[in-house]
Amino acid sequence: MFVINCPYCGEREQSEFKAGGEAHIIRPKQPTELSDDEWAEYLFMRKNIKGVQFERWNHAHGCRKWFNVVRDTSNDAIKAVYKMGEKPPTY
Amino acid sequence: MTKNLRVKTSKFIDETYKISFKFNRTTYYGYKGDTLASALLANDVHLVGRSFKYHRPRGIMTAGSEEPNAIVQLHNNSARTEPNVRATEIEIYEGLEASSQNCWPSVNFDIGGINNFLSPVLPAGFYYKTFMWPASFWEKYEYFIRKSAGLGKSPTEPDPDIYEHKYIHCDVLVVGAGIAGILAAKTAAKNGFKTLLLDEKSYLGGSTIYQNIENHKINNQISNSWLEKEINEIKKLKNLEIKVRTSVAAFHGYNFLLARENLTDHLPLDQRKNKTRHRLLKIRAKKVIMATGSLERPLIFDNNDRPGILLSSAIEKYANLFGVACGEKGVLFTNNDSGYETAISLFQKGINIEAIIDNRENIDSKLIKEIEKNNIKVFKGYTVVNTSGYKRINNVSIMQLSKDGQKVVGPKLSIACDYLGISGGWTPAVHLFTQSGGKLKFRDEDQVFIPNIYSSDQISIGSCNGDFTLDEILSSIPNKLKEFLDLKKSDYDDLEVQSSFNKSKRNIWLLPSDKVIGKTKPFVDYQNDATAKDIKLALREGFRSIEHVKRYTTTGMGTDQGKLGNMHALGIISETAGSKMGELGTTTFRPPYTPLTFGTIVGRNVGEYFDIFRKTPIHEWHVQNKAEFENVGQWKRAWYYPKNGESMHNAVQRESKAARDSAGILDASTLGKIDIQGTDASEFLNRVYTNAWSKLAIGRCRYGLMLNEDGMVYDDGVTTRLDENHYIMTTTTGGAATVLGKLEDYLQTEWPELDVYLTSVTDHYATISVCGPNSKKIVSQVIPDLDFSDKSFPHMSFKNAKIDKIKCRVMRISFTGEQSYEINVQANYGKSVWEKCMEIGKEFNITPYGTETMHLLRAEKGFIIVGQDTDATMTPIDLQMDWIVSKKKYDFIGKRSLYRSDTIKEDRKQLVGLLTENPDEVLEEGAQIVADIKKSPIEMLGHVTSSYYSPNLKKSIALGVVRGGKNMIGHKLIIPMENKNINVTVADPVFLDKENKRINA
Ligand SMILES: [Zn+2]
Repeated sequence: MFVINCPYCGEREQSEFKAGGEAHIIRPKQPTELSDDEWAEYLFMRKNIKGVQFERWNHAHGCRKWFNVVRDTSNDAIKAVYKMGEKPPTY
Repeated sequence: MTKNLRVKTSKFIDETYKISFKFNRTTYYGYKGDTLASALLANDVHLVGRSFKYHRPRGIMTAGSEEPNAIVQLHNNSARTEPNVRATEIEIYEGLEASSQNCWPSVNFDIGGINNFLSPVLPAGFYYKTFMWPASFWEKYEYFIRKSAGLGKSPTEPDPDIYEHKYIHCDVLVVGAGIAGILAAKTAAKNGFKTLLLDEKSYLGGSTIYQNIENHKINNQISNSWLEKEINEIKKLKNLEIKVRTSVAAFHGYNFLLARENLTDHLPLDQRKNKTRHRLLKIRAKKVIMATGSLERPLIFDNNDRPGILLSSAIEKYANLFGVACGEKGVLFTNNDSGYETAISLFQKGINIEAIIDNRENIDSKLIKEIEKNNIKVFKGYTVVNTSGYKRINNVSIMQLSKDGQKVVGPKLSIACDYLGISGGWTPAVHLFTQSGGKLKFRDEDQVFIPNIYSSDQISIGSCNGDFTLDEILSSIPNKLKEFLDLKKSDYDDLEVQSSFNKSKRNIWLLPSDKVIGKTKPFVDYQNDATAKDIKLALREGFRSIEHVKRYTTTGMGTDQGKLGNMHALGIISETAGSKMGELGTTTFRPPYTPLTFGTIVGRNVGEYFDIFRKTPIHEWHVQNKAEFENVGQWKRAWYYPKNGESMHNAVQRESKAARDSAGILDASTLGKIDIQGTDASEFLNRVYTNAWSKLAIGRCRYGLMLNEDGMVYDDGVTTRLDENHYIMTTTTGGAATVLGKLEDYLQTEWPELDVYLTSVTDHYATISVCGPNSKKIVSQVIPDLDFSDKSFPHMSFKNAKIDKIKCRVMRISFTGEQSYEINVQANYGKSVWEKCMEIGKEFNITPYGTETMHLLRAEKGFIIVGQDTDATMTPIDLQMDWIVSKKKYDFIGKRSLYRSDTIKEDRKQLVGLLTENPDEVLEEGAQIVADIKKSPIEMLGHVTSSYYSPNLKKSIALGVVRGGKNMIGHKLIIPMENKNINVTVADPVFLDKENKRINA
């Protein structure tokens, strides 16, 4: 069980948070213009990286804010935490 | 007949405090400070159980938590009885009753013992090969295996003891209070770190504290007396909390550890009342210092498992700590200097040693010289090739090792004995380190795995780090601690250490024998009866991965998790397969390190505290009126209200009829309620629901369907426009939290530009729904000031009102198909408003109904329940709810998915009504629906999702999903059941009042 540094509340136990999958997947502005394949790319395709991954997390049992986490999925080391809309750090 | 083998007083044993206990129904005596194992050994009892597969007699092997053999059933009491207790760990108390668990009918006469003679036909993988087929025989096998395999008995009554959980946060956690742990704890605590020191034993100081030989000295004092002074000092440190009898079970990432503190298991039974038995500590430490020590390795030779064969270090501990001799005629067998330490201790206590057998030749060791000075015979370059004695060892056969250690040569010698100590060197206890994600490296010179890469802020010190000798430990620790804790100096910078230990070891994983391997039984895993022969067989059969060999041979799979033999298994595999040790890796050590009881794991979360439950503000009324309750998520919802011993069926039929004939009342407070405000609230609803919201007038309500982005129905409910920029949304009871989460997700991440605020108000309102043809008459008396005329207050509209000065919101909405009013009032007024409705409704026979009747009524009307009639594969089109999907809106969540190639298929499962040929036959929910039962395999078309007997239609009705069902109205289908086939006709899902006359009446 890891500890996440919520950008609004500070360090809290993982059990207070909900994982929201891969970050920086933007919902298409004009879904009706997309082919089935293009829509499926947005809907289903996720990288699921072993290593450094950019993820969305929600402080579900806290401030309810969504934010981004950079996590190494091979050892759960959290490299960075940043708010929605902020520029992602490079790794 | 029984002997007293208590040799010399030990300060750890209180000989003035005599304790009686029972083992296998015989009464014995021991002293305060004894473990069950030491007290049995003092009474010359070695035979404590039978092995798992061959049922060979087994004796006490170790003096610690790694014990594979001495596993007992504790307490002769159906509530407290506990299996798998290690006799080497349990401290005796007045009244203790224990019995061997691995034998049937008794430890001395064991039916399964015949397996020992059948062993040529019980090779590795025996269980997999034999009990696999025929499958129908499993029940018979299982009885035999369970009975004779002796897995222990579980209690049959609730556990009467108290358990609890506790969170601890500390700067430095030190695991293990041997010499390394004591030094670390003192250094950390004295330098301002809030420190916690844990040890699984009842005393501090590890093995150093009872080692009393002149050869090991610190600052010119014998090591144990030096350490004793340190222990007395740390007990006074304010920053340090010390917990004994506390074993760390798990070491997770981010320095999160679980430990079990054992508080009462050592107390006499009458002193345990009202005390917490075990406490599960949930520890989050900034820094962790592992000082878990090491485990002595056995040696692998033919018949190395007889009672009376113990680890050499265990024999030393029994003598030094408990003052107990393991027998009267001893032989020690070693491949390193540890065996001589034991010998010197025994000699000092006057315990007989016949001989020492050492794998090594020509070793220059002070310890050996001291032994030889005392005329104890040492066989150098020899090995044990066999032992004899069925229930107790009585003889060892030894032979000389060849130069390369692969063969035995020369004549076979025989030495009579009644105990044999074995030492194969030491294995660092790295189990917890690897659990935490740490990576090991293999050290070739003494064939050990030691910590290499740490996954968190932690270090390993002392013998768990491969520093085995006193001078290695004491010279490395000060610098390691200073670096880890960022200190300039420590109290231990200038220690003067004297140690006579020669580090050489002659490591031979499987010792050679004069017999071929097929004729020998060299045990690698004692508890699971896995021999070196089994491991070699697994390799011959093609297994290569250590994980596969482990499962095939069951090596390391017992309650001891192979703490003793895993290294030998690895060694034998690598030798046989010709691979290098370090490259094979190790098997994974999984939590818990030692078994935990269920009581410890659940703590106080038992009975009504097992899970949180939520009650509506009207809950007490339901209880007083004898409602049966149903769990919906965490809610307790009134399910039905049986009258005068009515069955559930009769109660539901009565309630359903009353609701349509006159009036019913339902507590709907559990429905999720989300308050939505902001200038973009209408636009937001447009995007999250399938239908259009912008034109909804203030004061009107609308039903909405919410989809996932994949087009599948996610939730539904009625939303009311309270004001220009203010809505209240209702969600399903179970979906309230996830819907809010999903809405927040879109709002915060996809549409942060929208001016919308969401607030959960589920708990803030009580919701009372009054329905039926007389509902209007009732509510208009409850709220006399409000105009309930259809013109002023039509279906799907809302009004603010007051009941005796209490503000309320009234919605005219219906989930039953009847005219229906929902009164929402501040939660704490809920019960009084409910009672008022009941009082006024009396003359109309107002009938409280529960969730079951609610489900029946809506099914008559063909209204879906999300999660019952849908799963995550149903689109609104599949539900025949095309009318609610806006064609005009450019976008909403899930819209694009509604015309993916898969979702537009005609033969998707679609919601239909089902009517049985026999109107009294009620279908089973979940039953399969087919068209042709002759076809093989039968094609499954769908299943029944909701089914009831409708008292209002006087027939059975059901909803179901059927492949292509939309175009099958009137078709006959079949529901095959275990003993019959039921004929049904596909129908429109709306069974009652298709024209909505009742709602608008
Ligand atoms: Zn937060």
